Amino acid sequence: MSDKPVETATPPEAVAGNGLLHRRLFLTQGAALVGTGGLALLAARPAGAETLTVPTWTKSIGAPMSGYGVPSKYEEKVQRIVRPGAPGAPGTGGSRTPLELINGTITPAGLHFERHHNGIPDIDPAQHRLVIHGKVKRPLSFTMDSLLRYPTVSRIQFLECSGNSAVGWAKDAAQQSVGNLHGLLSCSEWTGVPLSILLDEAGVEPGAAWVLAEGADSAALSRSVPLPKAMDDAMVALWQNGERIRPEQGYPMRLFLPGFEGNMNVKWLRRLQVNDGPTMTRDETSKYSDLMPDGKAWLFTYTMGVKSLITSPSHGFKMQGPGLYEISGLAWSGAGKIRRVEVSADGGKTWGEAALTDPVLSKSLTRFRMAWRWNGGPAILKSRAIDETGAVQPTRDELVAQRGERSNYHYHGIQPWSIAATGEVTNVHA
Amino acid sequence: MSTPDRALLVGALLLAALPVFAAESPQLGTPITPAEMAAWDLSIQPDGRGLPAGSGNAVTGKVIFAEKCVVCHNEEGKGQPFDRLVGGQGTLTSAAPIKTIGSFWPYASTVFDYIRRAMPLVAPQSLTNDEVYSLTAYLLSLNGVIKERDVMNAKTLAKVKMPNQGGFIVKYPEK
Repeated sequence: MSDKPVETATPPEAVAGNGLLHRRLFLTQGAALVGTGGLALLAARPAGAETLTVPTWTKSIGAPMSGYGVPSKYEEKVQRIVRPGAPGAPGTGGSRTPLELINGTITPAGLHFERHHNGIPDIDPAQHRLVIHGKVKRPLSFTMDSLLRYPTVSRIQFLECSGNSAVGWAKDAAQQSVGNLHGLLSCSEWTGVPLSILLDEAGVEPGAAWVLAEGADSAALSRSVPLPKAMDDAMVALWQNGERIRPEQGYPMRLFLPGFEGNMNVKWLRRLQVNDGPTMTRDETSKYSDLMPDGKAWLFTYTMGVKSLITSPSHGFKMQGPGLYEISGLAWSGAGKIRRVEVSADGGKTWGEAALTDPVLSKSLTRFRMAWRWNGGPAILKSRAIDETGAVQPTRDELVAQRGERSNYHYHGIQPWSIAATGEVTNVHA
Repeated sequence: MSTPDRALLVGALLLAALPVFAAESPQLGTPITPAEMAAWDLSIQPDGRGLPAGSGNAVTGKVIFAEKCVVCHNEEGKGQPFDRLVGGQGTLTSAAPIKTIGSFWPYASTVFDYIRRAMPLVAPQSLTNDEVYSLTAYLLSLNGVIKERDVMNAKTLAKVKMPNQGGFIVKYPEK
């Protein structure tokens, strides 16, 4: 590869072409920050500060406490991007996380993406049941109260719809925000009961190999889960970011399958049927399968591929003149931890290693950051993730060469952003 | 990066912890009988296991479709505003593949399973099993998979082979 990270002689901190600087500039801890001063991200220092006065909020009594806090009224623009599936059917379709408007790695529950197939059911937890049956010694029914007494685990992990970024398959680069393009992606701390505990209690019989999971919504959405995954890190999730799962995320419980495509993480979970084979439901055959150029479709492509994208700057941003900027983005892999993220400012000719923000967790979002001195000229920014298995995020060309342009799901190609001399940031295939 | 020693240690801890975990389950599940959960036991396996009693053919299915389905799926299932259900054979290698029951779905059991659990959109799980068999027969007949007078029931539907059954490559477990 000609595109391995390049050390450049001048300026001394450069790590790759067109202004990428060493990641130590953005380390969060230690002495590296001291004395750099250049971390001020404004391109040009304003001419002079205004004279300060004491504002009214400092001279009057503030608002009282509240039972459940909400974001500042000044942040009302931070909303999910709602896209109904069809006219007259508001319960179908989805909403996307505005990735360009949030930071860190945890998605606020109210901004977690949604994908519903017939709306959000209004489930009374006192009446809800989780049933395990099929090839088990003891078919069992669990109440909510009983499940709340079970041992729990907590994990910070991403959830991504396999249809996320699907416009990447299109020949022309869509001119949309990063949330519109890639916002079927969120990350939460999920807390729940390991599914293996419940399956062990029911007693899985010899010959069992799959578990059908079904929701209590009016699509009664169902997907087959391989038994090894169900017995590994699968969870019946009851809590999200410390609170009970929101209705649109499956209240009172959802299946959570770390690293697997979103659709399999069945919301409003009510039934688990242990089977000898996959049930071949509509959503696992006619919908979430990947059509190849030869007319054959890949079935059971579960694991979300290694992926990254730069969220700042990204489409719709306007650069504020030459100077030092923080490039910031997200990286993740359904196969495990992110090992490394590389960033290019010259369209992929040279790459520099980005700083990964701790904690770097398995099957989770990892925030990466890179210092960049923009010279005011045209640039193409890219990020490329490598996970702990050694898998490297492919380019769009590599994906299309393998899968054509009609497979719809599992797009995880490198996302380039074009920076014009005017400061406009647009989406490009490059 | 885990050292090999650390990996071994973690592995040993996991092995040690798992049986203990299972044993410490509070065992609060209540036994449930097939009769008690019959209303939820909707899944049909691709070999037809799970298909209920009842029957129907495309002639009766056409009448039900006109009443309950055409508003979303259009005349003869040609689609708009929702999914196209008929035709598309021979398009899967084209630039604009049309994925329908006839051109794409690998198992007839799925048609019954899906209609019964989720259709019609505004009144799911409102159809009788005879109605579901009839609609399944109508859609299979429109796609040329069965004849208009063929009766679909638990035995006959299980034997229907879909045109695209061989059109899938199983990718799990990953190699």
